[in-house]
Amino acid sequence: MNRFAFLLDRLSYEPRRNAKIRLMADYFRETPDPERGWALAALTGALSFRHAKPGMIRGLIMERTDPELFAMSYDYVGDLAETVALMWPGETRANRAPPLSEIVEGLHATAKLDLPKRLAAWLDALDETGRWALLKLITGSLRIGASARLAKTAVAALGESHKPDDVELVWPGLVPPYEDLFAWMEGRGERPFADDPAPFRPPMLAHPLEDADFRSFDPQAFVAEWKWDGIRVQASAGKDADGRHVARLWSRSGEDVSGAFPDLVEALTFDGAIDGELLILRDGRVQTFNVLQQRLNRKAVTPKLTAEFPAHIRAYDLLFEGGEDLRELPFSERRKRLEAFVAREANPRVDLSQIVSFEDWDGLAAARLDPASAGAGEDAAAVEGLMVKRHDSPYVVGRPKGLWFKWKHDPMTVDAVLMYAQRGHGKRSSFYSDYTFGVWTEDDEGEKLTPVGKAYFGFTDEELVELDRFVRKNTINRFGPVREVAHEREIGLVLEIAFEGIARSARHKSGVAMRFPRVARIRWDKPPHEADRLESLERLIEERENA
Amino acid sequence: MRPPVSRPAKPHLSFRMRPEDLLCPTPRGLFCPPADAYIDPMRPVERAFVTHGHADHARPGNDAVMATPETLAIMAARYGEDFCRTRQSAPYGKTTDVNGVKVSFHPAGHVLGAAQIRLEWKGFRAVISGDYKRAYDPTAADFEVVPCDLFITEATFGLPVFRHPPAEGEIAKLLDSVDLFPERAHLVGAYSLGKAQRLMKLLRMAGWEKPIHLHGAMVRVTETYQALGIDLGETVRVEPKERAKLGGAIVLCPPSALRELWARKFPDPVAVAASGWMRVRARARQKGVELPLVVSDHSDWDELRRTILDTGAEEIWVTHGEEDALVHWCGTSGLKARPLRLVGYGDEGEADETPLEEAAEA
Repeated sequence: MNRFAFLLDRLSYEPRRNAKIRLMADYFRETPDPERGWALAALTGALSFRHAKPGMIRGLIMERTDPELFAMSYDYVGDLAETVALMWPGETRANRAPPLSEIVEGLHATAKLDLPKRLAAWLDALDETGRWALLKLITGSLRIGASARLAKTAVAALGESHKPDDVELVWPGLVPPYEDLFAWMEGRGERPFADDPAPFRPPMLAHPLEDADFRSFDPQAFVAEWKWDGIRVQASAGKDADGRHVARLWSRSGEDVSGAFPDLVEALTFDGAIDGELLILRDGRVQTFNVLQQRLNRKAVTPKLTAEFPAHIRAYDLLFEGGEDLRELPFSERRKRLEAFVAREANPRVDLSQIVSFEDWDGLAAARLDPASAGAGEDAAAVEGLMVKRHDSPYVVGRPKGLWFKWKHDPMTVDAVLMYAQRGHGKRSSFYSDYTFGVWTEDDEGEKLTPVGKAYFGFTDEELVELDRFVRKNTINRFGPVREVAHEREIGLVLEIAFEGIARSARHKSGVAMRFPRVARIRWDKPPHEADRLESLERLIEERENA
Repeated sequence: MRPPVSRPAKPHLSFRMRPEDLLCPTPRGLFCPPADAYIDPMRPVERAFVTHGHADHARPGNDAVMATPETLAIMAARYGEDFCRTRQSAPYGKTTDVNGVKVSFHPAGHVLGAAQIRLEWKGFRAVISGDYKRAYDPTAADFEVVPCDLFITEATFGLPVFRHPPAEGEIAKLLDSVDLFPERAHLVGAYSLGKAQRLMKLLRMAGWEKPIHLHGAMVRVTETYQALGIDLGETVRVEPKERAKLGGAIVLCPPSALRELWARKFPDPVAVAASGWMRVRARARQKGVELPLVVSDHSDWDELRRTILDTGAEEIWVTHGEEDALVHWCGTSGLKARPLRLVGYGDEGEADETPLEEAAEA
């Protein structure tokens, strides 16, 4: 447990992706089975313990400390697991720290009534970091900034020639502590048999079209579709060895999101794998991302919620049909199979992504500017651009060059004034790189700036240095880590902010929330009083609502 | 109109000392009326007793200063030889009579030269601990328990969540990280007086033989330590042009320098910080620290409580830090305690204690 605790501890402070992978790979290399397997299960969220709850932990610490000192400490530290780990009384008593495997097995095997005693014995035997890791593990909130995908990437790094996707493909069929997986990675065993009937297959991704010299491409070699503004998902379904139907909904990054969309998963009665966009459809009309967001914001998925926000899949591609892997086929072949598949299934929750016809690139550019007239009709507000794919492109994992392109709408922009700045993380930790910006509005006291969003990318490294310098030189106030930057009519900095969407929001003081805001340009030339007003943002929302 | 009443003087049948007769908190710091002296005054005074050389305790401009020879040397190195008009050296254990008050200095274990100040007057004994620790530190004299009636303690880490692990283990974490990331520079933010030298010594004891690189603000005080007989091995000042070449090096700097422009020129630097605050994850994260080392020159919760009991004092005053929790604990242990709420003393790493002229050299 100590070695695992040490790993979690390091990961929780490490901002760099590659360093995280190295820390995990280092751990997997040095730690024997089954310890490392249980660690991998913990890192990928594959463990859950029913009986261990925060209330039990609180009860244990209350029996052992002065309640007032506990209250003061908890108030100071602000995290239950950490407070308890630090306050747990007494020296480390046992001669040996319990291994992770003993803890995991113990947590599963111990009856609820006996668990507090068992847990206390473990806490007695561990040091502060060990206790913290244990308490985080059992409360199921590691939150150490390492995704399941990153852990699998670290596993793949154990072997000479394995890619993260190799691990991903066999993953659904594996169970902790994954001894077969480690054996395979280390060249000591065969590839484990993946018998999951609804596995995740890593998706194919696209490059921005603007980055390519696309006007020199032959338009006849390409096909275009709308790029819908929903959630890219993979619907995977089939029969397991016992003949039971299994269906899962995977996110682009391989997270199983089935739990959030039971209404949709229930409808996945086919045998195959579809790549598509999850959208909310009402009376056949695609709703904007803002509507989908409202469903995502709810924690409990109630029948009322699923009725009000029915989830659908708009199918882009067919990866598997029955047991047949279609991914090597050219897009045009897969498309025919997909059309037949959707028609045959006649599933009310699954429909087909429409092909956007075009003669030449100018024609496609016109469609991009006006999706409503180019076939998207009333659903145009939910279109965020075009996907452009080569007819002959196989379905290649990752982001291969020259096959698929995305051609998104130009973002909306607003000129806003820098109001507050905060330091960033990782490589940017010494720079003021998180910017809160505002626009003008009027209240009883007159003209003032109201914050409307936060941006922390979009600028080059050189621009960051200049922005950082501006913040340092123009700080008028400090609130903890936050610096207030001069923002008056004549003094201040205007940032041109680009964003993908805008909606009303009760949670923001200004009443508006932007999607994906970033710094498009630094307007060193513009005085703050020429920045935009809140009314112009509200007008944008109205236009979208009326679209 | 009431006629003036003349009160006969009350005869003192038996004189009972009140602690306040010997020591009282004032805006300038703790004042000892019979000795006419302030302890660690915050503004210049005629006579100061100084517990140790940190900038929030030892300030320039006093008329007469009494301190240990090491503290006097540190003050002279930081503020210049004219940091006060007259100095009085008080080696550990030597008693000096000041207007009938017996004054003696005893090791506090905090940094080199740090002392607890013992005052005895009319049979009443008070000990002002200054900042102190009892954990192992090869660069400072070991803390000594000084029995007393009134014990005045700090409470920087006066919460039960603060328990400092042995520093050797934290040094091992640093060396492990240097092994794992040999191409990166490890920048260790640490107090320039005391903490830095303790880390250097512990690194040497753990077998680190390469030169230790120092931010400019660390150089002078490190030289003072070396002049006072603390062997720290080879230390090298970081030249701005050399920074890019320091992959694999251990570099010590003031905590604030970790986030300054200065830190950016090192090869993919790892931000390390050594402080008792590193115990609390959110504190470490707020400061952008990637490798927190829990190394403190203050007492942790267990040391504070043990020390209070060891002194045998009946009354406890708590100067600065998390005084509420410590006062609460004293109450539950049957001790009379009160918080002094003295302002102006920084807590480890929070107030940047590097004097300006040293920071300017960086």
